[in-house]
Amino acid sequence: MNNDIVIRVHDLRKIYRVGEVDVHALRGVDLAVGRGEFLAIVGPSGSGKSTLFHILGGLTPPTSGTVFIHGKDLLAMSESDRTELRKTEVGFVFQKYNLLPTLTASDNIAIARHIAGKDFQEDPKFREVLDLLGISRRLHHKPRALSGGEQQRVAIARAIVNHPSILLADEPTGNLDTENSNVVLGLLRDLNGQLGQTILMITHNPEAAAYAHRTVHMRDGKVVAEPVESR
Amino acid sequence: MAQSVKTMWNAREALSHRYNGTWSRASRAELLEFEGTPFLINKLVVENLKHRPVRTLLSVLAVGVEVTMMLTLVGLSEGMLEDSARRARGVGADVLVRAPGTSLIGLSSASMNEKLLGFFEQQPHVRYATGTVVYPIGGVNTITGIDLEEFNRISGGFRYQEGGPFRNPDDMIVDEFYARQNKLTVGSTVRLLDRNWRVCGISEPGKLARIVIPRRTLQDLTSTTGKLSSVFLKLDNPANTDKAVAALKQRLPDYPIYSMEELTSLYSVNNVPGLKAFIGVIIGLSIVVGFLVVFLSMYTAVLERTREIGILKALGASPAYVLNMIFRETALLALVGSVLGILLTYGSRWVIETMVPASLIQKIVPGWWPIAAVIAVLGAILGAMYPAWKAARQDAIEALAYE
Repeated sequence: MNNDIVIRVHDLRKIYRVGEVDVHALRGVDLAVGRGEFLAIVGPSGSGKSTLFHILGGLTPPTSGTVFIHGKDLLAMSESDRTELRKTEVGFVFQKYNLLPTLTASDNIAIARHIAGKDFQEDPKFREVLDLLGISRRLHHKPRALSGGEQQRVAIARAIVNHPSILLADEPTGNLDTENSNVVLGLLRDLNGQLGQTILMITHNPEAAAYAHRTVHMRDGKVVAEPVESR
Repeated sequence: MAQSVKTMWNAREALSHRYNGTWSRASRAELLEFEGTPFLINKLVVENLKHRPVRTLLSVLAVGVEVTMMLTLVGLSEGMLEDSARRARGVGADVLVRAPGTSLIGLSSASMNEKLLGFFEQQPHVRYATGTVVYPIGGVNTITGIDLEEFNRISGGFRYQEGGPFRNPDDMIVDEFYARQNKLTVGSTVRLLDRNWRVCGISEPGKLARIVIPRRTLQDLTSTTGKLSSVFLKLDNPANTDKAVAALKQRLPDYPIYSMEELTSLYSVNNVPGLKAFIGVIIGLSIVVGFLVVFLSMYTAVLERTREIGILKALGASPAYVLNMIFRETALLALVGSVLGILLTYGSRWVIETMVPASLIQKIVPGWWPIAAVIAVLGAILGAMYPAWKAARQDAIEALAYE
């Protein structure tokens, strides 16, 4: 395997059982993502983008195909292996920020380190990240006291605090106004450009996709060559 | 809007500074917090509890009541037994003789022949003997019949706070607690055993009984003329107690005969028929109440926090981490509830002392504090089992989609 490839997906299929009906969410996805790449995935609702993210993030197992993340085969992984994968290899950023409402911004970030068992480790690089994200002065606030843009920046800090191989951002600007969207997208680009963070971003927005190096289009559970109408 | 633009600029500003190797003082100071978060799970637990103060308060209160129920019941059992022992000792006798086939604790009809008093006084080392008749008047209360002259020889007589000894067959001596509870003074009329009694004296507590009437009158009223419930013996010298008891047991092998020292040790929960089982039942009920409340509380907490649990799982939290969090929260609720329960026992004692000092005596039982707390924590953990299991098995994708 090429060492510069962080994600390699071949003929990935995912079938959900909904009631008595099989739903084919992914129908043979092929994808390769290089280290340090910023990839946008666009496609209409139901095209399988989120399912692909959930599989790449270890939240759900694939039905068939091959998925390697940083050389680790997801198909062969047990539930606890996938938990470990989320802890070490993947960082999530969600559309709805998904911060823990009872904790301050700093604790929301620290909890990811706590879960990864890195409580006592010095992390000078992380200081840089917080400055990069511009939230150093908002760390004592709880999410309800932060703007949407600030919450998303805290969520980004949380996603990368454990130095994951890949950052998965699912519509990270879906709940933000244009200004904050631009800040967040700019920050993702900076994280990618300056820290070399590999990023996969789902988006409906072509302007957001333009921040990425490359855009992949999905339709009906497959990666397609031609762009499709995203809405 | 102006604020968000400013923030945006701050972000860009910070980014440009990064490459010059400069740091804002604020970020350096605040970032120190990230260098030690071993107890973050505890912080999360505490913040979760603070987030829903009413639910937390109710859960703590429920566990508190559970613990108080246990401690109050045990305190009452031990307190009343100790009080009984204290009052028996307060008679000043050295030996107690009960009727054959009766237990030390527990009421039985007067069945010992009064003529035995003369027999006892002729035994070696026995100086005086006095017989009592005890009759239940409802609840745990009893009325005791004594021959005042006999009783005074052994005990040195009652110390009266008010009034004095019997003058008439329907006179009654009550102790200070009973008088206070029933708001009695000398001359008050008390209706007991379908008869009016006149309070002739109010005595200091701690001697034999709370309500004392002439023995003859009680024997006539309860159809036990010439019969006794217990006989108290005063010896020539307390040092001869063992010898005297041994001799008496030889002469009266069917009679339970106790030295006062032995009697005190026998006044325990284990020797009261059914009391241990009763305490067990109440503790069991307490555990069920605590279990149900914690179950409900943690179940709603888990439902409400479905999304948060999904977030933790997305961050890599294992089922064990989620279980750990739920059980820590439960244990904290139960421990705080236990402390509250212990404090509440002081409240229940105050209420009992104020309202019914003659009927109930509650002892504070520190020896039972850890036992009650462990029972409460275990009951609570049991109650949290299913909610915790549900949380641990929560599907992260479904949880994250939960609104």
